[in-house]
Amino acid sequence: MFNPQLDKDGKLKHLLSIEGLPKSILNHILDTADSFAGVGEREVKKVPLLRGKTVCNIFFENSTRTRTTFEIAAKRLSADVINLNVGTSSQSKGETILDTVENLTAMHADVFVVRHAESGAAHLIARHVQPHVHVINAGDGRHAHPTQGLLDVYTIRRYKPDMHNLKVALVGDVLHSRVARSEIHALTTLGVPEVRVIAPKTLLPGFVERLGVQVYHDMREGLKDVDVIMMLRLQNERMSGALLPSAQEYFKCFGLTQEKLALAKPDAIVMHPGPMNRGVEIDSAVADGSQSVILPQVTYGIAVRMAVMSILAGNS
Amino acid sequence: MKIHISNGRLIDPKNGIDTHTDLFVAAGRIAGIGAKPEGFTAEQTIDASNLVVCPGFVDLSARLREPGSEYRATLKSELRAAAAGGVTSLSCPPDTEPVLDEPGLVEMLRYRAKKLEIAHVYPLGALTRQLKGEQLTEMAELTEAGCAGFSQADTAIIDTRVLWRALQYAATFGYTVWLRPEEPYLAKDGVAHDGEIAARLGLKGIPVAAEALAIASILRIARDTGAKVHLSRLSTAEGVDLVREAKKQGVMVTCDVSINHLHLTEHDIGFFNANCHLRPPLRSQRDKDSLCAGLADGTIDAICSDHAPVDEDAKLLPFAEAEPGATGLELLLPLTLKWAAQNRVSLIDAIARITHAPALILGIDAGELSVDAAADICMFDPERYWQVTPATLLSQGKNTPFIGTEVAGKVHYTLLDGQLVHSL
Repeated sequence: MFNPQLDKDGKLKHLLSIEGLPKSILNHILDTADSFAGVGEREVKKVPLLRGKTVCNIFFENSTRTRTTFEIAAKRLSADVINLNVGTSSQSKGETILDTVENLTAMHADVFVVRHAESGAAHLIARHVQPHVHVINAGDGRHAHPTQGLLDVYTIRRYKPDMHNLKVALVGDVLHSRVARSEIHALTTLGVPEVRVIAPKTLLPGFVERLGVQVYHDMREGLKDVDVIMMLRLQNERMSGALLPSAQEYFKCFGLTQEKLALAKPDAIVMHPGPMNRGVEIDSAVADGSQSVILPQVTYGIAVRMAVMSILAGNS
Repeated sequence: MKIHISNGRLIDPKNGIDTHTDLFVAAGRIAGIGAKPEGFTAEQTIDASNLVVCPGFVDLSARLREPGSEYRATLKSELRAAAAGGVTSLSCPPDTEPVLDEPGLVEMLRYRAKKLEIAHVYPLGALTRQLKGEQLTEMAELTEAGCAGFSQADTAIIDTRVLWRALQYAATFGYTVWLRPEEPYLAKDGVAHDGEIAARLGLKGIPVAAEALAIASILRIARDTGAKVHLSRLSTAEGVDLVREAKKQGVMVTCDVSINHLHLTEHDIGFFNANCHLRPPLRSQRDKDSLCAGLADGTIDAICSDHAPVDEDAKLLPFAEAEPGATGLELLLPLTLKWAAQNRVSLIDAIARITHAPALILGIDAGELSVDAAADICMFDPERYWQVTPATLLSQGKNTPFIGTEVAGKVHYTLLDGQLVHSL
């Protein structure tokens, strides 16, 4: 089966999922992000790499944070940026995804940043765009959120450069999380030897261990000696019902507190893709504590997205 | 029309015949086998050298999209596809628009199909009104109108008391009840096998338990009510085991499997290939192997095409939103032959599963080449390869996971009641 993300020379054409990307491409993105990390601190926060190119953010599902970071990244690369919240306009009028994409292609966009509520939407679009267009998946259903996965491993690399000697734990709703899937693939591809998932059985997909992770249901056991704790967001509508009895019980069993954090290595870092539910998956004292790298994650997110866009444009 | 079919390899599973001999057709029926009947003068001779001459195929599940969804396919286009695939009798599920729950609708469909004279259509009536699983349909009236059995199509009956009553009522008259076994709550919103691929791709899963639980309760109720039950399109190894056990215990149950599930697994979804969005979902390699073995050992009685033409736009959507189904009438033969070759099943045994066996399930006089039987005949070249492309398929639906692949087995001639309805 051909890999729809790579061109015939094996270069990155679209970024749809971390899965299936070779380690060399991931490292190339992370190394490139390193070179962009300083741009935001300069007085002139711009490099001219995407001058004359148009980046189109198509969001079939609402998002402020991800869209904004993509927008900033594109603007720092000197691209023209168009934002479209399709969820509220065309789709309700019966226009299909591919109609929307064709219309935007006619406007000569070069890069599509796409978010959609259904798994596989970015793949569908990538299959149908014109050859010069690049597609970046900004989240599709439960499937993938590759730039988030990349910025997370980038953050880990900044704090723990020796990836081959790490124990990483993901805690929370893996079942519904595209972030978790992308993080898992990024970590295993980069050679992290031990990736754990910690969650109740109701929040884990069947056969999750086939993704190359070790499964824990007891958070205290799962956090023992880990170097990195990656918390996942629990959506409000899933807090009470057949998946979980209540937010309170969830916090008690799977929320990250100072006391549970103490079970990890003393220099362990705490991450969260945001937006956080304080008091549900994470205690404020931990989120704002000295081991938290949640805000640096956001900053690095811009550098990583700049790296992805510049590499794609360079591969045209 | 008197037709002499010469030099073919005649295979008739019902009568255990597999030999090179001639076949004579007159007045729409089979007039003779081997020796020319007295006074027979052929008006047409078909040279069937290198061809297998066998009964026209009987397909247990073909959606014709009429009434209601003619923009997707018409009776004419799909019956032509049937003829091109060697299918001369087919049964269609009742989930049309409107649902086939009124005798008048069934009569209309039968009439329209009959007028076309391309294939025999045996509608399945709805088991409950509007398929809602609440109120029984007029099964006796519907049978009179031409229904060959009663089905819930893809909508399960949630209320087990209604299911019990429906089976009791059908058993009163000896009607067969066709059910696709799937527990609706466990399967809710699911689009793929609840396994490794669904976990990786982030698709909502349908667990094996959904099929196993449904089969277990259907078989239990069938045993108590004495109803004849046909389970449509098994997809799991556990399902095959349950049916095998039930048959041993003498429960009156038959079942079928679709051509797709004999050859494909969850892995074929690849990068969200919407053509692999099927009902039931493609499952694991182990399940596929059990289906193939269960078909070979007779636990599974028949193979169906599970023909469901879907227009292109309905597949050009993210996997979960894409409409499930695949076109299949023209692939029934090649994919049956492929299963036979891979599982070392003889040609005669393979053909039995798409002729005599499904005819028995439908309770129709078809699927055999006895003298005086209707001359529904298929002649095919088992060695001829062809490529499945939108252009080579007559069906209006071009959606199949096999698009682009090469398959062996091409139908050269199809006769319906002694009339040539397809020739290459």
